[in-house]
Amino acid sequence: MLSIRNLQVKVGGREILKGVDLEVAAGEVCAIMGPNGSGKSTLAQVLAGQETYEVTAGEVLYEGRNLLELNPEQRAREGVFLAFQYPVEIPGVGTAYFLRAALNAIRKHRGLDELDAMDFLPLIREKLKLLEVDEALLSRAINEGFSGGEKKRSEILQLAVLEPRLAILDETDSGLDIDALKIVAGGVNALRDPERAIIVVTHYQRLLSYIVPDKVHVLVAGRIVASGGRELALELEEKGYGWVETEPEPAVPAPA
Amino acid sequence: MATTTDTIQELANREYKYGFVTEIESDSAPRGLNEDTIRLISSKKNEPPWMLEWRLKSYRHWASLEQLNKEPKWANIHYGPIDYQDIIYYSAPKPKDQTNGPAEIDPELLATFEKLGIPLGERNRLAGVAVDAVFDSVSVATTFKEKLAELGIIFCSFSDAVQEHPDLVRKYLGSVVPKTDNFFATLNSAVFTDGSFVYVPKGVRCPMELSTYFRINAEDTGQFERTLIIADEGSSVSYLEGCTAPQRSTNQLHAAVVELVALDDAEIKYSTIQNWYPGDEEGRGGIYNFVTKRGKARGVNSKISWTQVETGAAITWKYPGVILQGDNSVGEFYSVALTNNYQQADTGTKMIHLGRNTRSTIVTKGISAGHGQNTYRGLVKIMKGAAGARNYSQCDSLLIGDKCGAHTFPYIEVKNPTARMEHEATTSKVGEDQIFYLRQRGLSAEDAVSMIVNGFAKRVFRELPMEFAVEAQRLLTVSLEGSVG
Repeated sequence: MLSIRNLQVKVGGREILKGVDLEVAAGEVCAIMGPNGSGKSTLAQVLAGQETYEVTAGEVLYEGRNLLELNPEQRAREGVFLAFQYPVEIPGVGTAYFLRAALNAIRKHRGLDELDAMDFLPLIREKLKLLEVDEALLSRAINEGFSGGEKKRSEILQLAVLEPRLAILDETDSGLDIDALKIVAGGVNALRDPERAIIVVTHYQRLLSYIVPDKVHVLVAGRIVASGGRELALELEEKGYGWVETEPEPAVPAPA
Repeated sequence: MATTTDTIQELANREYKYGFVTEIESDSAPRGLNEDTIRLISSKKNEPPWMLEWRLKSYRHWASLEQLNKEPKWANIHYGPIDYQDIIYYSAPKPKDQTNGPAEIDPELLATFEKLGIPLGERNRLAGVAVDAVFDSVSVATTFKEKLAELGIIFCSFSDAVQEHPDLVRKYLGSVVPKTDNFFATLNSAVFTDGSFVYVPKGVRCPMELSTYFRINAEDTGQFERTLIIADEGSSVSYLEGCTAPQRSTNQLHAAVVELVALDDAEIKYSTIQNWYPGDEEGRGGIYNFVTKRGKARGVNSKISWTQVETGAAITWKYPGVILQGDNSVGEFYSVALTNNYQQADTGTKMIHLGRNTRSTIVTKGISAGHGQNTYRGLVKIMKGAAGARNYSQCDSLLIGDKCGAHTFPYIEVKNPTARMEHEATTSKVGEDQIFYLRQRGLSAEDAVSMIVNGFAKRVFRELPMEFAVEAQRLLTVSLEGSVG
């Protein structure tokens, strides 16, 4: 589904990604782990279409298409979703209103009828239940005055409503207590689907105990330095990133 | 890849939808202003001598101000000198064939208002809203007049009011905005041509929205409308005005005066959706909107509430205020002012607290885009006798791009120690991160900016009559087109 080849990215003149190769297949949950500053979030943002990042080399194919040619909204409508690490506040814009507008933009792109408020309500209620989110959240402005946990839950709620083909979760576990983490993970697991790929970007193994990945890739200093199965995450937890950082072998991309 | 900035630019430069001109023969006064012009206007309107006298006094005062170069210069706006002798002060569409009786409205005019979304015909007129339609210097139609009359409500053009209700006009005209109030109000007092007049009798709650639609059509013509609304004891009324003008490369002057009077326990809600031609993206043309609006909450427990959505005009200079004279009276001002391209706005309010336990609320949202300059200027004055007075002010500014400006000048004068004042102000920018967030969910950059701006202005839109809140939102979106820069 997603094929990244030799992706190099600069931010403000500084090279952050130095040739990332990555294959993600439909139905797969893959984890990208790495220490702070390794380029994990940059990778997530570039895939979502953040324009402040400069792609200097490489290519990204999404379902056979050149993803880098699409603007952020085109990517979203084609099914790419990013759960943000730091979701921004948008004062005065109700969450339900926004979410319905987003869903309709995507539905319209896919040639489906737009949903009115009456059709939308049962759909969103079901998702609220799944994530144990209070309905009151819908009438609040987007992320305004939300606690850290509420913001992350709202991101996963949006994920559940928009049903993307490729979901990228950027540090979704940060700022969550263990109970909230379990609920969020439960929500993500419910979205596992043979047609859908999920990329979980995280610093810690903790989240991966609840969202068990099929593949684990380790990103260090802008390159994938190790790839493996779930056990790789556990090994990292035990030995720390210093272990892979000192690996002399060049990275071998995971088989698709 | 198109950047967000480009998209915002495109958004702001969408064309002004109301820029068409109606080809209609008009009966106009010659250019220029002197006592003869005043006499001509007065005679065209067949006015009684007291009205002409009032106009002439105003004119003489204005002429002395003009000679002393007293046009106000303190506002944060910039424009070249206005040649008051190069303006046409009266222009009325010529009545066509009168064979069907004078009650027939010229089909050209009907078509014009239809095109503006204001159908005047009996069959398709707006339900629940009575409309007075003013075209250049005259009122061309007023709907639901008879139905309102059954309740004793007078809703008519100002010219008709002078003829039919001279006592009410004489009693209240100039009682809130004296003819010597300021340069532009004085000019208006001399040359005003038409506007609306409303009187709601004791204890009557007006069952429908009253509204006036102002249209400037003729070239080089100034529009000087005068509106007077009186809510008698225990009555209430909600009134809305809308304005548009053709697209022209020269500037046109609009200097209006609005006076509101609320007696004991009466309530007036006055909303404005101002969409005068704002000029082109280079700042050429557009309306100079120099307006004096004031309400007097005269009675105990009376309430006057202003809500304005100002998206048009090259320059806006207006400060709708409330004189809180009655004990326990309430004044409110809710404003959204948007300046895009080279538009300038210096707008705000004056709340003058005279009575005891008077309360005022000010909520303003200034939006600047392109090279737009947006100034909030407000005065809250608590006089000596206003024990227990309270004011809450909130002034927020939103910037789109890095070439525009937001300015805030709040003045507070307190002469009674028991007064309580609160003032909050914020300035923020539409963040690239906010736009990216919404785009990542599938919304176009244009929709993203519109959503952010409408969210910012929501608190004020809530105050608009239901029928117009949606229209205001849409207008804000349209006015922003091409602004994201």
